[in-house]
Amino acid sequence: MAIEIPQSFWLYFIFFILLLVDGLWCMLATYNLLRILIGLEVLMKSVTFFLIVAGFLSGRMALAQAMVITVIVIEVVVVVAAAGIILGLFRKNDSLNIRTTRNLKG
Amino acid sequence: MIIITIVLVLMVLAALWASLTTLLLRATIALALTSAMLAVVMYSLGATIAAVMELSVCAGLISVVFVSVISLTQRKPFKDYVTRRMSRMRRFWALPLVLVAIGVVLSFVHAPVQIALPLPGGDGDVRTVLWNLRQLDLFGQILILLAGVFGVLVLFKKDGPDGD
Repeated sequence: MAIEIPQSFWLYFIFFILLLVDGLWCMLATYNLLRILIGLEVLMKSVTFFLIVAGFLSGRMALAQAMVITVIVIEVVVVVAAAGIILGLFRKNDSLNIRTTRNLKG
Repeated sequence: MIIITIVLVLMVLAALWASLTTLLLRATIALALTSAMLAVVMYSLGATIAAVMELSVCAGLISVVFVSVISLTQRKPFKDYVTRRMSRMRRFWALPLVLVAIGVVLSFVHAPVQIALPLPGGDGDVRTVLWNLRQLDLFGQILILLAGVFGVLVLFKKDGPDGD
């Protein structure tokens, strides 16, 4: 059953898009591995925000919170594993530039 | 509503700062600030437990991880700072303008949205949902945490005798 979305949806949607564009730009316009990770974090923030907004607008906040908690746990694991990979690459190449990963095998 | 809008603007500004700043430590601080603002928005919308998780894990733990990695990788933090800053400005000067343009255009477009939503109500407590209804999610979280732990252990393992 379709019900009218509240007026506030568009406001939240605009900020979701702004965060998304910011994170994408941060990932695309840099060669630094850590900056790419920071851009990924901003993207994750936007997705988390929109999940909460979806739960708020549909009145299913408990389900949305359970999803967000899952997202946060996965976010932490992704960041820690990516930080380990970045440290390994830095020890190998002595640089954080993503171009230096071209010398990988395979 | 006005307070939420102000906090949302601050959140986007903090995310913008994380993208624009030259020093990585400042970017980490800006990221933590973004998380804190997001936690405030979550709390205002009624997601209290998720807000606490966001504030403690994303603004706390992830910042600690970032600061550790930065301290392990940045040997010369102020090496040719001005050159790097100019290079970043060349790549990022358009980002604030693009964000403002997108915001203005979207606020004027205001498309009528009509999508199917579930009927309101029937939603229990977050603890009931998390522990009783979404048990598979919890199982997946545990597996992913284990995978992360083993991944980090493998990454920091000493090289073998042949260095391979």
